[in-house]
Amino acid sequence: MKFDIYDFSVLTASIHKSLSEMMSETAVMITEMVIVGIIFLTLFAVLGLALVYAERKVCAFFQQRLGPMRVGFWGTAQTVADAIKLLLKEPLMTKSADKFLFNLAPFIIIIASFMAIAAVPFALGLQTLDLNIGVFYVTAVSSIGVAGILIAGWASNNKYSLIGAMRSGAQIVSYELSVGLSLLTIVILTGSLQFSEIIESQREGWWIFRGHIPAFIAFVIYLIAGTAETNRGPFDLAEAESELTAGFHTEYSGMKFAFFFLAEFVNMFIISAIGATMFLGGWMPLHFGELTAFNEIMDFIPPIFWFLGKTAFLIFIMMWFKWTFPRLRIDQLLTLEWKYLLPINLINILIMAFVVLMGWYF
Amino acid sequence: MKAIINYIKEVLSGVKTLINGMKVTGYYISHPKEIITQQYPENRDTLKMVDRFRGEVIMPHDENNEHACTGCQACEIACPNGSIEIIQDRILNEETGKKKKTILKHVYHLSMCTMCNLCIPACPTDAIIMGQGFEHSVFDRSQLTKVLNKPGSKLRDGVEE
Repeated sequence: MKFDIYDFSVLTASIHKSLSEMMSETAVMITEMVIVGIIFLTLFAVLGLALVYAERKVCAFFQQRLGPMRVGFWGTAQTVADAIKLLLKEPLMTKSADKFLFNLAPFIIIIASFMAIAAVPFALGLQTLDLNIGVFYVTAVSSIGVAGILIAGWASNNKYSLIGAMRSGAQIVSYELSVGLSLLTIVILTGSLQFSEIIESQREGWWIFRGHIPAFIAFVIYLIAGTAETNRGPFDLAEAESELTAGFHTEYSGMKFAFFFLAEFVNMFIISAIGATMFLGGWMPLHFGELTAFNEIMDFIPPIFWFLGKTAFLIFIMMWFKWTFPRLRIDQLLTLEWKYLLPINLINILIMAFVVLMGWYF
Repeated sequence: MKAIINYIKEVLSGVKTLINGMKVTGYYISHPKEIITQQYPENRDTLKMVDRFRGEVIMPHDENNEHACTGCQACEIACPNGSIEIIQDRILNEETGKKKKTILKHVYHLSMCTMCNLCIPACPTDAIIMGQGFEHSVFDRSQLTKVLNKPGSKLRDGVEE
């Protein structure tokens, strides 16, 4: 295959080899962990800045506005200025807040995003944790974030925060089901929970094309439920500016507020990345069965760009959702999940199992 | 069975309405030329206000420094919040020997004006109109009290007939 020249495992293996020559095995492991941690920290910062800028621009263009234009070329330095402002702000705390939990909550949310992003396959050989239960791991770890939201709401000692946190809890408990089941629909096709194998199984074509109707339904359900998982509009009841001022992060300011903000955008990236991996083939280039010439041209584009492109596409769709639809009420939210998404998902999984059993996919 | 058909219909119509909404915003993002935001200080030279914009009351003068205001006070009466004050004068008409009302100062308090446009149709001689200017900020409040007739200006002949 052509794209094997972009294999990152050559690079990582050489780093590992040179480190092993210098120090003992334990020291090598610790050094590598620190390197990976620093890379992810940088990635978080870059993602936060880039996605906030993208969000503001996309939102503006959806509303026939221009968005930030003043700081830097087309407002590109606007998010940097905002980040500096947040860093310099005073971290306020209410007098009657539970101080320990109040300070702990933002870290729980960030840690949950950290753990989830570890399993994301960025490119060939560029994946931190390739667990044999990768899909299960991501769904399990990403729901730790709701604990952070609940703690933040509870520790703030504020009615609005608590209502927001409780809504968020109800929402994530419900929508976790749909995310899990729609991912399972693809797992039926691949027969594996390991991300590297799932990507490898899409060498001939992405599952959204090969699995046709049931895969497409699962994809749509995943997008809706994934948007709900990240607490983004139209499912942003946990924040609901017009009702709860800012929901669970009403009382937060400065860097702790920035953590919540960052976690929201990183979670959006993770949900899109997992969606891209499961349905759109991850870093695998676009291949169509017998068109060898076409496939070879596609192979020249490095896998990391395929991955980022697909993820950006899904992020754009989630932004499209956010800036088109009005916010749901809590009862509408739960009706959508329990009366519509879940039954459709269950039937869809049955259909997919039947399709796989009969071999009716490409 | 009927319930299931209704359920499927509900889902399909729901999806249809969602796609309709996304079509509207999709149209907006795919037509960046229709953006209505203007970059104000940068486009100051080319900025064109809409015709019906009401910025301030102005009194047009022609090239002979003549205006059409007879000092009849119709605008002062029409103004709901007293933004217009007319200070009159009486001059002697030499031919007839009668004293005649004329305008000394047409005082306009921009700070009180709500741009309600009631003075403009009240004027019988169309002496005042609504201007397009909107950059009204000044450093001192007293600068907002303006005298609309220019110094040395006089009534245009033939307006009073």
